[in-house]
Amino acid sequence: MEKTKMTCVVCPIGCEITVTTDGGNITDITGNACKRGEAYARTEMTDPRRTLTTTMRVQNGTRPLVAVKSSEPIQKPRLLECMRTIDSARASAPVKIGDVLISDILGTGVDIIATDDVV
Amino acid sequence: MRADVAVIGAGPAGLAAAIAAKENGAQNVVVIDRDSLTGGILRQCIHNGFGLHIFGEELTGPEYAARFAGQAQEAGITLMMETMVLAITEDRVITAVGKNVGMVTLQADAIVLAMGCRERSRGALMIPGQRPSGVLTAGTAQRFVNIEGYMPGKEVVILGSGDIGLIMARRMTLEGAHVKMVLELMPYSGGLTRNIVQCLNDFDIPLKLSHTVTAIHGDGRLDGVSVAEVDANLKPIADTEQYVACDTLLLSVGLIPENELSRGMGVAIDPATGGPSVDSNMQTSVAGVFACGNTLQVHDLVDFVTEEARRAGAAAAQYQPQTAKSVGAKVGEGLRYVVPQRLVRDGSDKALFFRVTDTHKNCVTKAVCGGKVIAKKKRVRCAPGEMETLTVKDSDITGDVTVSVEEA
Amino acid sequence: MKYDVAIIGAGVTGSMIARELSMFDVRVCVIEAASDVAAGASRANSGIVHAGYDAKPGSLKAKFNVRGNAMMTQAAADLEVPFDNCGSLVVGFDEDDDASLAVLADHARQNGVDVELIGRERILKMEPMFSPEVRSALYAPTAGIICPFSLTIAAMENAAGNGVDVYFDSPVTAISRECDMYALSAGDRCINARYVINAAGMFADEVSRMAGAEKFEMRPRKGQYVIFDTAMPAKVRNVIFGAPSKKGKGVLFAPTVYGNMLAGPTAEDINDKEDKKTTRSGIGAVLAGASRYVPSIEARYAITTFAGLRSVPSTGDFIIGASRIVPNFINVAGIESPGLTSAPAIAEHIVGILQEIGLSDKRDENAVRTRKAIEVFSEATDERKKELIAMDSRYANVVCRCEYVTEAEIVQSINRPCGARTVDGVKFRTGAGMGRCHGGFCLPRVMDILARERGCDYDEVTKSGAGSYILSGKTKEVRS
Repeated sequence: MEKTKMTCVVCPIGCEITVTTDGGNITDITGNACKRGEAYARTEMTDPRRTLTTTMRVQNGTRPLVAVKSSEPIQKPRLLECMRTIDSARASAPVKIGDVLISDILGTGVDIIATDDVV
Repeated sequence: MRADVAVIGAGPAGLAAAIAAKENGAQNVVVIDRDSLTGGILRQCIHNGFGLHIFGEELTGPEYAARFAGQAQEAGITLMMETMVLAITEDRVITAVGKNVGMVTLQADAIVLAMGCRERSRGALMIPGQRPSGVLTAGTAQRFVNIEGYMPGKEVVILGSGDIGLIMARRMTLEGAHVKMVLELMPYSGGLTRNIVQCLNDFDIPLKLSHTVTAIHGDGRLDGVSVAEVDANLKPIADTEQYVACDTLLLSVGLIPENELSRGMGVAIDPATGGPSVDSNMQTSVAGVFACGNTLQVHDLVDFVTEEARRAGAAAAQYQPQTAKSVGAKVGEGLRYVVPQRLVRDGSDKALFFRVTDTHKNCVTKAVCGGKVIAKKKRVRCAPGEMETLTVKDSDITGDVTVSVEEA
Repeated sequence: MKYDVAIIGAGVTGSMIARELSMFDVRVCVIEAASDVAAGASRANSGIVHAGYDAKPGSLKAKFNVRGNAMMTQAAADLEVPFDNCGSLVVGFDEDDDASLAVLADHARQNGVDVELIGRERILKMEPMFSPEVRSALYAPTAGIICPFSLTIAAMENAAGNGVDVYFDSPVTAISRECDMYALSAGDRCINARYVINAAGMFADEVSRMAGAEKFEMRPRKGQYVIFDTAMPAKVRNVIFGAPSKKGKGVLFAPTVYGNMLAGPTAEDINDKEDKKTTRSGIGAVLAGASRYVPSIEARYAITTFAGLRSVPSTGDFIIGASRIVPNFINVAGIESPGLTSAPAIAEHIVGILQEIGLSDKRDENAVRTRKAIEVFSEATDERKKELIAMDSRYANVVCRCEYVTEAEIVQSINRPCGARTVDGVKFRTGAGMGRCHGGFCLPRVMDILARERGCDYDEVTKSGAGSYILSGKTKEVRS
């Protein structure tokens, strides 16, 4: 029986969650204040994911960059790869909050969407 | 020019205050801001974590700001952008300059101060050594990276583990820089635990608690810093000093509420917060002048800023010169400050906001009045970096209220 | 490039000499190793205009201090440089100090300086925040404060406006004679001049050697300073000095012309001519020293610290005069305190020497002795502010929010003769970045204006010249 401690990053509260495993199977999850924390703990054990927030270069806009985020958390090991893809992409002004700027980035099923308006 | 309510600052505090003023009966509401776009500092806070309480969603800074900008536009609030307030008199006459308006004066019936805060600089820390380029505050670096699109450097050391330092550790790493370490003077981090995980642990960036920068080296550009461990009195331990090569030092060592305009018109400032002393309506010592947001006290969560600003905006809209009875909200055991500093006896529940001086585990925060506990909360953890709150009922208030924290 | 006079060094001394020479119909240039004027001691000193009792009677220091003090009001007015004749107090705390002050009073008498010995009651009336432990003081009403950078840049702008050429980033590496002229290798240029003025500060000894002139040594003595926020309640009106004792002169505590308080300097004899590092112990000594005068000084109000290096002459006095070894070469070296005060008098004297040894004394009809300062928006009346905005709408764009410096002032600081080319250049000419947040908010915007006005890329803008780049490149292009 093994206990893994982790801090949930889903919201700013940051619950300290303890996951008990037995031979690779999760037998208990404690410390989370909500269901999202439980879901986080499960994925964190085997397939950790993070929401990616960054900027993308804009062409023909009044500002050089637009803030963007991943529509869902992306697998942690693929974050830097996704950054490189975003780095070489260009958004075309005007951009509105919610615009999908890269669809299904690197086959992850996750979109990169604008979080700011740039005219 | 005149206004029913004039709001200084179009960041999250200013926008929320202006909207609340409109919703509470003010007709002519003007917001003045020196930037060209609304949103204040949120514009460069492209990470998420905003809005969980207010909207039930996790938004990035610009998204959060946009919600309020939209509401402000719909509410018919007048925005004077690219306009800087030079001075405000006690009679609430505002003098401002801006390239779109030239020089203007504006008489307001009520004013809400929402100027935000600034970062402590290297000079204020008196870090010994040379004065090369490459030493920046984390917020200035954030502006370069997220708004201008430039990197401040490649090999980075960060002093200060408050949220801005942690967020920039991640941001710089994602953009290709090598963040060598984050140093924290205190034996605990000033930022949210969540940020330690997703900004440092995720990228294997070491966090050195009880450490500081003891010297800055470099002629034209930074070459490196001397780093040392500190003792219980926060003094560097000489034997532990080591040289760390780097070309960038980011400082995240404290935020200071900006109150030039407040001081200029005689608003009383609480030295413990660096912001105006206010009553439970967010009114300062100058009649008809209210304060909210980072100008009043440095916040961790913008959601609390919004709530505080709404109170200020509503009170500004409803402002009538009057003398209401009020009592003091006092700093008790274990606390650094309490806001608001005065509680108006007007029948409404009072939300108290405060910070503790040390980290406590398994503790109780409480409000005591006339020897009786009138509010209390059990806390798993209280830390200086996380603002706490308690609500007291007006009917329980018989005199000054003292707020404190103690082990359970 | 052929000149009548080449001045090596664009500190306050070189700049004031350039200004005086620019009144005559002669070709003058200034050659400076660093990227801007006042790169050395002229930028990092106490800004005191000394009354003149401190210098040894009969010395060059005494002569030029007293004359310079008398000239300063006019010079500051002509150049539109803020100057405050606030007075100074040398304070004593015990009987040894009393004796020391009496010696200074005697110097004053010999040097022709007006002073008064006063007691505790009068001191505390003049300075209510002073420590009640003070016992006596020497009061000198003719002392004052000035901004040394402003004086230097104003003098140089005046000179450049009258036709003086200024070469920056041009360290002199060799000096030779060809026919009747000097040939100076400076940066990537060769500059020929009939007369050479050596005002090269810390490196004046090396320049003199290069020319085959007198041998002397400049020994660096470091002085560390702390500047406080204008909001600090602990203030004095006069410049406060400590009575000289066996332990040295102690630090001073004084106002600056901008309303900040300044404390310092230490006096550390070092070996390295380039060591301008501040140290924990130095800053500690400055704070402790100043607190002795005004106990309510608080370190938390510090907004910056810095260090300057005095060029201490091995001869013990200013080294001013035509070389007796090589012709037409004038040394102006060892200009440590009271160098700033002495600058107008030294300049006047150098012109005299040059004309004695053959330089033409024909006046330039078009030259002027005045220069207009950049009009400071934040100090204008509301009426004047409106006029300024009407003249130049960039006066309505406040860039430095702590000091209320506008875009118009920053643009002017860049486009004037010897204009700013770096962030520090803008800072020292306009005050942008000197306030509370120390450039935190205005740095990106000042860089923007510099890039635009100078026609360079945003990331080419430096803090203070070669090597001090601020940005390493664009985002999304740095990937290791």
